[in-house]
Amino acid sequence: MSDILTIKNLRVEGRPPGGTYVPIVKGVSLNVAKGEVLALIGESGSGKSTISLASMGFARPGCRISGGEIWLNGRDIMKLSPHDRHALRGNEVSYVAQSAAASFNPALRIGKQVIEAPLWHGAGDAATLTATAVDLYRKLDLPNPDTVGNKFPHQVSGGQLQRLMAAMAMSCGPDLLILDEPTTALDVTTQIEVLKAFKDIIRDQGTAAIYVTHDLAVVAQVADRILVLKNGEMVEEGPTAQILHDPQHEYTRTLMAAVRPAPHLVDHVDASAAQAPVISARNITAGYGALTILSDVSVDVPAASVVGVIGESGCGKSTLARVVAGLTPLREGEIKLDGKVAAPSVKDRPRDTLKDCQIVFQMADTALNPRQRIGDILGRPLEFYQGLKGRARLDKVGELLELVDLPRSFASRFPGELSGGQKQRINLARALAADPKVILCDEVTSALDTVVAAGVIDLLKTLKDKLGVAYMFISHDLSTVASFADEVVVLYAGRVVEKGPSKAVFSPPFHPYTKLLLSSVPEMRQGWLEGVADTGEAKAASAGSVVIGAKGCPFSNRCTHVISGTCDTVAPPLRVLSDGLEIACHLPTGELPDRGL
Amino acid sequence: MSDATEFAKPRASVFAGLRLTRTAIFAGGILLFWLVLALFGPWIAPHGEADIISTKTFAPIGEGGWLGTDKLGRDVFSRLIYGVRTTLLLALVTTVISFTFGVTLGFAAAILKGWFDIVVSRIVEAFMAFPSTLLALVVIGAFGTSITVLVLTVGLVLSTSVFRVSRALGYDIGVMDFVEAARARGEGTWWILTREILPNSMAPLIAEFGLRFTFSILFLSGLSFLGLGVQEPAADWGLMVQENVGGLFLGSSAALIPAACIASLTVSMNLLVDWFQQRQQGETVLEKIDQ
Repeated sequence: MSDILTIKNLRVEGRPPGGTYVPIVKGVSLNVAKGEVLALIGESGSGKSTISLASMGFARPGCRISGGEIWLNGRDIMKLSPHDRHALRGNEVSYVAQSAAASFNPALRIGKQVIEAPLWHGAGDAATLTATAVDLYRKLDLPNPDTVGNKFPHQVSGGQLQRLMAAMAMSCGPDLLILDEPTTALDVTTQIEVLKAFKDIIRDQGTAAIYVTHDLAVVAQVADRILVLKNGEMVEEGPTAQILHDPQHEYTRTLMAAVRPAPHLVDHVDASAAQAPVISARNITAGYGALTILSDVSVDVPAASVVGVIGESGCGKSTLARVVAGLTPLREGEIKLDGKVAAPSVKDRPRDTLKDCQIVFQMADTALNPRQRIGDILGRPLEFYQGLKGRARLDKVGELLELVDLPRSFASRFPGELSGGQKQRINLARALAADPKVILCDEVTSALDTVVAAGVIDLLKTLKDKLGVAYMFISHDLSTVASFADEVVVLYAGRVVEKGPSKAVFSPPFHPYTKLLLSSVPEMRQGWLEGVADTGEAKAASAGSVVIGAKGCPFSNRCTHVISGTCDTVAPPLRVLSDGLEIACHLPTGELPDRGL
Repeated sequence: MSDATEFAKPRASVFAGLRLTRTAIFAGGILLFWLVLALFGPWIAPHGEADIISTKTFAPIGEGGWLGTDKLGRDVFSRLIYGVRTTLLLALVTTVISFTFGVTLGFAAAILKGWFDIVVSRIVEAFMAFPSTLLALVVIGAFGTSITVLVLTVGLVLSTSVFRVSRALGYDIGVMDFVEAARARGEGTWWILTREILPNSMAPLIAEFGLRFTFSILFLSGLSFLGLGVQEPAADWGLMVQENVGGLFLGSSAALIPAACIASLTVSMNLLVDWFQQRQQGETVLEKIDQ
């Protein structure tokens, strides 16, 4: 029997406390052969994580496996005793979770945690197991494989930690490896090295794997077969190439279309730029406590246009939004809102100034007070800024709801009764209630499913055309920004490395970092990973990590074009090139990287 | 549109919505029983709280009164019924006082931060460094044994832990996005406190109220037992234990019965708080399943 795992007609139910069981997974069958990678894709709530956990014979608290058979290595594991089933986990089947940082115990050294499972299963003594682990570190391409085990989890980067998590999962030499969105929380430039390491080790050990993700482009790189799920049911199954190029089911096609929106590249900014910009941030320096996050950042948002701010986690994107909103006071520099100088702190800004600039947060569900009805959430800014009361307020709430394509009856609901996409629409409506000139969108689509996010982006476009509102659109997702922004600002380690009209930014010449960022976005093409992971840029980038507050160019430790003696000592100023494109790099214009998308 | 005011469906039954467990019904029943006794005590009790009904002191159960007599020949049953009034009322008043101080200062410290937080927190820590009974002994010793002093002292002692809970809650909720959104809108501190933070800290505060109430009963009973609490001839359970502890050697149950009553009250309250907390956590598990 070559199949490592066979699941037949699996049904899983979940129960809200005091409620009755409702089906989560409705009769899914699948099989994974030795050395094969099966990808489970689908939106949140499609049951993909539940199925992957069920293949270890495990159900989350409040859930139960109510039917079906799970055959692992020729045994139906649901017929085993709980003790025997427990013995399987970590030994024959192991699991890599989305957040490595949350899965490691911060108080113990990494090496100790990696060999914990084989030690428990009695696979050997600590010394031999540590030697095996070091071997795994080497195969996973970790820097300093001999000593990395002695470090604590906080001492290594996120990408390295995720690879160490894989080492932990592989430490018993499992027959089946379950990877639950292992790269979703990582930056694109980090994702490459992790994906490459995962793929290599799975090939090397001949392990069967289940790869759970919502990102089709990632799936294209690692999977042999794809299973598409929706609402706990199988929609389509087939070899990777077939699903990518010839999807049979309507839902798969929708999913594919939402992943990579067509780029919208503007080569010049509207005439409105001649007017005073709605946001004009000049030479902003800001941070928290002793830490300086943003240094010398200048950004303009022209009226009725979209300025995209891109960069990886920790680059200061959100801090920029908070500084503009006045939530984090700036240390140096000046912010003008609609031509008027705004006080650094929100407390000192008059309501007229506050009204013009609204902010929408990333996490749709935590941005809404769970104890207030939608009507009150939207009604408050109307009352606060415009003095609307009673009937007038109620009518306007209804109008706002219709503006964001939600029924008026939602006014009487609580946020908990809404879906993620609906909540984000309410957040948007709350910002619109102030009748602002500009909305700061801080990763507003990052926590949403691709199809839902595409809907929110469409809504943002419609609102811009209808109301003439401008956006500062902060995101780490380049394809979303490319599809939407008129101008783009690229941040790295708290500094602007490149900015200009979107077409100029997304086409050569590039800043070396922009180039790396663009080439790191997974393409929906099999074999892309191998091509990109071996380039000099990717290797140099994975060698260093982000340094905030560097003396010279912050990117110099990860750049292939580094000019030693210059880049690491002098911070390059923003230099204006043609078409309003500005790049902060010491390289002469002719030598800037130019290979396109 | 006419559907702008759609009303939530009424629940099939109030009790179905509460999701009561067997323990919760049991504990709630006991608390309800004591509450009814406290409210209607004077009409139910066969004798007055200070009436001496028998010449026989420490009479066993069934002689003199249903539950016997105490060291002065008063009816234990009647004193028990009057005692529940004193015990519950005092516990309620002290808990309310502790919450008024603790919640106000705790949330103020969490929102204002800076020097206010530092000063208040250090003072509270200084108070907490004293053993609470010792602190109460000193204060009551200095100001005399009146109900006002007793209630204020116990309220103050209890408010220290209420302060810590509220401050932590305020800090936790104060950094959430919806509070940031209100701050970005330009809302004042008062709005943020009463509309954004307080409604979202009700569940843990209710649980804390239950626990403080229990602690207050124990603390007051303890003080009464030491002779610093409620004074004779008024009836109080802690006091009754103290008065009749000498009867234990004579085989009288006059001290054991009020002690058991204190236990029944505090244990029930604790069980109810446990149920409430589990129910709240259950809701978060439900939210997790939904994701």
